[in-house]
Amino acid sequence: MLVGLSWILVCQLVGEILARVLRLPVPGPVLGMVLLLLALMVRGGVPAELRSVGEGLLRHLSLLFVPAGVGLVVHGARLRAEWLPISVAVLLSTVIALAITALVLSRFTAGRADSAE
Amino acid sequence: MPNEISRIWVYLAEQPLLWLTLTIVLYIAAGTVSRLAKGHPLVHPVVITIAVLIAVLLATDTNYDTYFDGAQFIHFLLGPATVALAIPLYDNRSQIRALWLPLLIACLAGAGAAAASAVGLAWLLGASLQTLMSLAPKSVTTPIAMGVAEQLGGLPSLTASVVVITGIVGAVVAGPLFQVIRVQDDRARGFALGVASHGFGTAQALTISTTAGAFAGLGLGMAGLMTAFLLPLAYRLLGS
Repeated sequence: MLVGLSWILVCQLVGEILARVLRLPVPGPVLGMVLLLLALMVRGGVPAELRSVGEGLLRHLSLLFVPAGVGLVVHGARLRAEWLPISVAVLLSTVIALAITALVLSRFTAGRADSAE
Repeated sequence: MPNEISRIWVYLAEQPLLWLTLTIVLYIAAGTVSRLAKGHPLVHPVVITIAVLIAVLLATDTNYDTYFDGAQFIHFLLGPATVALAIPLYDNRSQIRALWLPLLIACLAGAGAAAASAVGLAWLLGASLQTLMSLAPKSVTTPIAMGVAEQLGGLPSLTASVVVITGIVGAVVAGPLFQVIRVQDDRARGFALGVASHGFGTAQALTISTTAGAFAGLGLGMAGLMTAFLLPLAYRLLGS
């Protein structure tokens, strides 16, 4: 487990350092994802330990958003004052973005090999 | 005796252990409730967990910083989880390589629509400038969204919460929406979830299939990168 976790943490750490040294507006973990992907392509496979740690983290991904979501409690006053624009904007723009992305991509994928291949 | 209880409470309420444990145990319980309700969207485990935790914080007069001292251990794992998305990406690399141009176009359209429609709608309904700038990056992953909000003059902490709500909305409406607009391809479903509702959508996509999960991870990363570079640029070009 430690080896698998180290793969992930080292990529994240290098990503954080690169983002700062190169002054990129991209967060360290996203660069870390790119670095891990490159490492896996060079290595030509996912080590079993890395897979078990990584998939364990991803299985409970939605739990990881709870602390930030509870942060709503700090913005009670603003939410009461601007609940209508905030809720309409969040709701509709999410539906619009989902629909546009899915429709554009499925227009191109129609006719190409299905996900089952 | 009540004195004893309140002394224990005072001790525990200041410790990370209580809030960390409560967050995880509530999440597990909420998962059970959600299964009993047969996955009805309104009883999404995360919605229940957040609602109960907010109620507990308000009822016990605990401030968010105290809560976060414990919850930060969970929050921290968002970073490693983002890195771990490289695994489903690697597994699906050949499909992704074959579709790189359509993916780029779909992402640009989706991420652009997300930011433009959020700001446009909120502006029409009279939101303040600070709220508008906090809403603009709401579809992308939390760390990017907070950084962009800061650059634009929004409130990063408000953005972080709105990002989570966006994720929940995306995860809840995606199923019925894909039925209505007749998108059945797992790749398109997953990618849209990642672009429109970041890691939370990715969590939802992983429940559809690992292919959907991989494309969601890709959508999250691509939309995040595009938003990080292009949104501050668009803001400067439009001259506020």
